[in-house]
Amino acid sequence: MSKISRRKLLTTGLLATAGATGLGVAAKLAERYGLIPPDAGVLYGAGETLTYAAHRILTRHTPVHEFARSQISKDPFANEVSPLGAEFQRSQAGGFADWRLAVDGMVARPVSFSLADLKSFPRSSQITMIACEEGWSYIAEWSGVPLAHILNLAGALPQARYVVYRSIQPDWWDSIDMADALHPQTLLTVAMNGGELPVPFGGPLRLRVPRQLGYKNVKYITRLTLSDDLKRFGKGLGSAAPESGYAWYAGI
Amino acid sequence: MTEVLRPRHSALVRVTHWLITLSFLALLVTGVEILISHPRFYWGETGNVNTPALFRLAIPSSRDTVPTGYGYVLPDQNGWSRYLHFEAAWLAVLTGLLYGAFGFFQGHFRRNLLPASSDLSPMRLATDIARHLRFRRPSDEEAWSYNVLQRLTYLLVIFVLFPLVIWTGLAMSPAFASVFPAAVTILGGRQSARTLHFFVSIFLVLFLLVHVLMVYLAGFRKRVGAMITGRLAQPKERA
Repeated sequence: MSKISRRKLLTTGLLATAGATGLGVAAKLAERYGLIPPDAGVLYGAGETLTYAAHRILTRHTPVHEFARSQISKDPFANEVSPLGAEFQRSQAGGFADWRLAVDGMVARPVSFSLADLKSFPRSSQITMIACEEGWSYIAEWSGVPLAHILNLAGALPQARYVVYRSIQPDWWDSIDMADALHPQTLLTVAMNGGELPVPFGGPLRLRVPRQLGYKNVKYITRLTLSDDLKRFGKGLGSAAPESGYAWYAGI
Repeated sequence: MTEVLRPRHSALVRVTHWLITLSFLALLVTGVEILISHPRFYWGETGNVNTPALFRLAIPSSRDTVPTGYGYVLPDQNGWSRYLHFEAAWLAVLTGLLYGAFGFFQGHFRRNLLPASSDLSPMRLATDIARHLRFRRPSDEEAWSYNVLQRLTYLLVIFVLFPLVIWTGLAMSPAFASVFPAAVTILGGRQSARTLHFFVSIFLVLFLLVHVLMVYLAGFRKRVGAMITGRLAQPKERA
């Protein structure tokens, strides 16, 4: 009787130690390979970490499906936005001639581009789907400058791990990791379906992150900040989304 | 004197049963919360409030952009619901993998779930269906094994409905779709996947309701007790 419980105790103890060590090693490896999302510490952070880690292992370079021109939605839906302030309206009245995109943080050359600058850069176009976390979706042709091109121009430092992007609406800011930032389909979009990008759809400048849901595709972009750490932005959860209860990573 | 009794349900079946129950309830509640943010369904790749719906549910929505015909908007619960939906999905999938490995390698599927070929004759099936339709309470001996309708239903849930609900769910993930685009196109598109996800969930809820009803008819305390402790209470006269 006592022998069995001693053996059981030993086995259980060994298994528990092995398990704890395994978890510790896994956590270190996950940190090392950037598999921990900035909102890992929230209530449902464990599930979120599994999702983000699995997606980063599987989808580091995968491109989203590009549709045929005939599949472009005839009735795209521009989700509502909070009221655009006086600053936006002034710029809109001037045809966005004074719109600037600042690039700063971990870059060799902090720069600022006008819309005309952005439109003069090599353009990339894609017919891809945007899907909202609520469930609806539409397909459109988006054109703009690949974010990677802008990061190259500014000279992104190798230690940069995230791109934080801000909107002219102060409550809307977000960030993506370098896998998404350098992805060839991630665009600073200036045009949609062959015309100017309409204001309700994020004009004059929207970041398209096609491997993530609509809410990561922030409208009215004004500033990009490269960083190796998201702790010092907002509440340190990576974006405004987790501050209102939504996941930072929206690839699912 | 200690009696060594074969448990009615092995420890692994019991633990995985309750883990799946827990994750399923979490998935159901959060799934409903996510659904009410857009209670409209479409077929194909795309669909939104500007396009006609395949069908819509006559419920209010948690978004004022959805024309429901109701004069009010429910509170938005999508943030925590999405977090918990995917966390519970991980629990369900990992538990399912453990259960599946156990089922194949320890003979649980072969021994306890695969119906005997003699039980699959139309006569036997008809008798069994008739017995169920009369809500006849099973005898005590029957509590030690699953009948043929139970076996077929469990196999359907384990090998058809659960894989389908996971597949249709994953097909809605833009990142997953970038790795396995065929997983979406085979289903007919992202909106088709969402609509199928809804219907498979309906079938799973139907299973849950019938399952609980059958457990109730067979003796709730005894059957639930067996799924918790593994022991099947002896009939009263022998106790």
